Amino acid sequence: MAFEDYEPVIGLEVHCELKTATKLFCGCPTTFGNEANTQVCPVCLGLPGTLPVMNGKAVEFAVKIGHSLNCNIADYSKMDRKNYYYPDLPKAYQVSQYDKPLNYGGYLDIVTKEGTKRIGVTRAHLEEDAGKLVHAGGKSGRLDSSDYSLADYNRGGIPLVEIVSEPDIRSSEEAHAYLTALKSILLYIDVSDCNMEEGSLRCDANVSIRKKGTEKFGTRTEIKNMNSFKFVKQAIEYEIKRQAAVLDKGERVIQESRLWDVTENKTKSMRSKEEAHDYRYFPEPDLVPIILDKAYVQKLKVELPELPGAKRARFEKDHGLTAYDAGVLTSEQELGQWFEVGAKLTKNPKGFANWMMGDMAAQMKEQEKELQDLKFDQKKLAELVDLVDAETINSKQAKEVFLALFNEGVSPAEVVKSKGMAQVSDPKAIEAAVDKVLADNPNVVADYKSGKQGVIGFLVGKVMQASQGKANPKMVNEIIKKKLDV
Amino acid sequence: MELYQKTIHEIAADLKAKKVSSVELTKATMAHLKAVEPKVQSFITVTEEVALAQAAEADKRLASGSNITPLTGVPLGIKDLLCTKGVQTTCASKMLEGFKPPYNATVVERLNAAGAIMVGKTNMDEFAMGSSTESSYYMKTKNPWNLSCVPGGSSGGSASCVSADQAFASLGSDTGGSIRQPAALCGIVGLKPTYGRVSRYGLIAFASSLDQIGPMTKDVEDCALMMNVIAGHDEKDSTSANVAVPDYTTEMKKSIKGLKIGIPKEFFPEGMNPEVTEATKKAIDQLKSLGAEVHEISLPHSPYSLAAYYVLAPSEASSNLARYDGVRYGLRVPGENIVEMYSKTRAAGFGPEVKRRIMLGTYALSSGYYDAYYLKALKVRRLIKQDYDKAFEKVDIIVTPTVPNPAFKFGEKTDNPLTMYLEDVFTISINIAGVPGLSLPCGLSKTGLPIGLQMIGKPFDEATLLKAAYAYEQSTDWHKRKPSLKEN
Amino acid sequence: MALSEKDVQYVAKLARLEVTEQEVAKYTQQLGNILGYIEEMGKLDTSNVEPLTHPLDMKNVFREDVVVPSLTQTEVLSNGPEVQSGHFKVPKIM
Ligand SMILES: [Mg+2]
Ligand SMILES: [Zn+2]
Repeated sequence: MAFEDYEPVIGLEVHCELKTATKLFCGCPTTFGNEANTQVCPVCLGLPGTLPVMNGKAVEFAVKIGHSLNCNIADYSKMDRKNYYYPDLPKAYQVSQYDKPLNYGGYLDIVTKEGTKRIGVTRAHLEEDAGKLVHAGGKSGRLDSSDYSLADYNRGGIPLVEIVSEPDIRSSEEAHAYLTALKSILLYIDVSDCNMEEGSLRCDANVSIRKKGTEKFGTRTEIKNMNSFKFVKQAIEYEIKRQAAVLDKGERVIQESRLWDVTENKTKSMRSKEEAHDYRYFPEPDLVPIILDKAYVQKLKVELPELPGAKRARFEKDHGLTAYDAGVLTSEQELGQWFEVGAKLTKNPKGFANWMMGDMAAQMKEQEKELQDLKFDQKKLAELVDLVDAETINSKQAKEVFLALFNEGVSPAEVVKSKGMAQVSDPKAIEAAVDKVLADNPNVVADYKSGKQGVIGFLVGKVMQASQGKANPKMVNEIIKKKLDV
Repeated sequence: MELYQKTIHEIAADLKAKKVSSVELTKATMAHLKAVEPKVQSFITVTEEVALAQAAEADKRLASGSNITPLTGVPLGIKDLLCTKGVQTTCASKMLEGFKPPYNATVVERLNAAGAIMVGKTNMDEFAMGSSTESSYYMKTKNPWNLSCVPGGSSGGSASCVSADQAFASLGSDTGGSIRQPAALCGIVGLKPTYGRVSRYGLIAFASSLDQIGPMTKDVEDCALMMNVIAGHDEKDSTSANVAVPDYTTEMKKSIKGLKIGIPKEFFPEGMNPEVTEATKKAIDQLKSLGAEVHEISLPHSPYSLAAYYVLAPSEASSNLARYDGVRYGLRVPGENIVEMYSKTRAAGFGPEVKRRIMLGTYALSSGYYDAYYLKALKVRRLIKQDYDKAFEKVDIIVTPTVPNPAFKFGEKTDNPLTMYLEDVFTISINIAGVPGLSLPCGLSKTGLPIGLQMIGKPFDEATLLKAAYAYEQSTDWHKRKPSLKEN
Repeated sequence: MALSEKDVQYVAKLARLEVTEQEVAKYTQQLGNILGYIEEMGKLDTSNVEPLTHPLDMKNVFREDVVVPSLTQTEVLSNGPEVQSGHFKVPKIM
């Protein structure tokens, strides 16, 4: 069967570290990158006799995530123990949520080539992170070839929200769009750093394929260890192809966990002596239920900022932006805010948006600048937009003015003035220049008349050159045409 | 009378009046402790150095005349499942041999703040699993009333050390009877407070929803004094209740005229030891003569409490004891890989009773059995709790025997775990319902072994229990009897 | 529900307890007895009873998000059976 005859069915599990000051159940700090085992206390070390006390801020952040993903916030929620042995788990159980998650039954709208699509969010529950293992000795420092491992519990106990999607995703592009949209929301509501390199955002993917047009899900595999959105996309693509090849050979896909291997660009079976998971979940007796006051839950909803989806729709409607442009400008909250201030200062918000996404974005990338590093404000960029719209300067001049604005922060009007850049739009002056160029290039004129209309660009260029770039290119073009077409 | 034979309220008066210093008292107590220790074996660790340093501090406090509490300068025993900073805390398990916690349990902090002296860490059943202290990895504690009998358990060392005057009082813990049963068998007073009354922070967990720390003392007044120090909300324990704590010594002395006492018929089954039935009935008559009203009541689901307990407690324990994996503290037995290291460590570190309960709990929680065992037990738990709620609409306290029999001989119940479990048949439903229960001496068997009377109270109403117990105690002299420290 | 030796072996594996053949036989018999006793609960009709996980009726115990000093690395590692360069060392995982 051809690859196109299969339809992938994908669900994503995203673990997001909350940016609380302290861990979920103790007062240890959550800062990243410190020396091993220096952010550990008796509680997060799981010492005998210690007890957890829930961080109220973590609950607040988790509810905010629930609201922003259109979830129901549970009337009654509780913590459960998930029991399993692994040296990064100090108590040999993870305090998580099983049958009464804090948030459930939500959705997230993503933008794809075919338009917007709604992806279901099954649940978003609160749990604690595990510590970190360094696999040492052996050849490569990789899990399967190391002689021993070293455990660091600094990360153990940091609050996580696990966001589980419905299996509504149908391609690696949709998975990528889902993650982008999710990350954008989490940053908007300011509950996580979403830094994949530091592990504050992690993603596992459940992937299966089925024959197009059929209903029944195929056997799924769980892919782990993808620490960038790019790898998620690549790993899903690889896995779809791998499963298709397995089915085409008449074999069956095995339900298993697979690791994404960055160096070999493939998913690999974890080959653990697959002991059926039996987590023996039961209610955590050391904690009491979470039964939030309705008014408190509502207050957190009201306090949420405008989310990227709503802002995108508003930018399209109010400022005449395309869906794509609105999407780019709302991907980060600061970008949208910067745009909105500027949009009010010009009659041409679309033109303002184009500068932001074009030359400004390019320079920021090249010079590694953030919005807060800029030497100019929205008023000055709006000034540039208006100078172009009034045809005071042409687009080529505008680029030069923009560089001065970006690098030195000088006002565009002043650049135009000091450099005598004002565009020449005097028809008489332009006619004189055109006449001279036509007279100097009789061969080109002849070519044009013989039907090679393309040479007009050459002539325009010559006139622009003669005017030191100041002539209004539109007028130059019109005047040349008028003279030649006589 | 020797100094160490006194009660806390007696010796506190002497200390305050400077008839004796805490250092003198501690030395005298320590000398007696060591003299009888070979016979009774109450302590896994004797903390003489700590005790003398604390006593010197207490003497400064006593000299200054300020900030003195009834516990200032008084030597106490601490059950070896309460974490003590820098002092070995073993839970009587090989698994934790040499383990020195970097922190103190909240109750230990409170005793320290009151100026109490710690003479040692007392022996117990391994991880508090047992009713005879025979499952300790370290030693067999003897019943001071008859050295060939068990002291009860799991707080056997905490009971024997008070009974044998090795300490003025001790702290124990009670998950299914572990304070009350050994208190009954050793002829002392033991109180399991309401669940949530005393902070569990630093109590090495057996079954988190059942465990509670409580005092074990020579008389009721000492019990009230200890409660005044250890009871109350602790923000380190999410299950510690924010309920006001009365002054128990004041409450205790109020009259019991008109107090309504419930006698549950389920606690007097046929075939019970007649001496225990007799002593209990006599005690009830005594309470009546002191002005209490007696009502027959029913706790219809209590016969199921042992079954529910042997699902709930091992299930929680199987999870609580999973952390002993040889990685961060305690015993490690090397292995080729991590799974082998785990399995060898746990096989070598835990004794048979602990393993049995871990296996039982793991099974009850495992996929396919959860509903039939664990969920079922939680539902039975509600029925048992409802029985108590209903009973306490009619009565103020409930009175029963603490244990069906007096102390038994070593090895008598170790072959069949079920017979050992039946020791706790009268104490377990109290933990399941989370209500407070107190045991105090109410008689001696023909062979000279103590018999305990259990009083059960409304949630957070330890004051009424202490009041009833004090009234009874003051009208009898069982608490004044001293053990022989001999074999019979 | 009769408990088999296979059940006991499975549970021992889940609980990370190495057991000998004799232990398996002993546990099968002992745990079987205890389970038989526990199954007495089956006599009670609990179809309309809500489970009770906790004797206390409490909810929403939350802590302020304020940093409290951690232990020092030395204290953290002080009880460790095997430590190396600031970490707890464990044998190979796979
Ligand atoms: Mg999870
Ligand atoms: Zn911590």
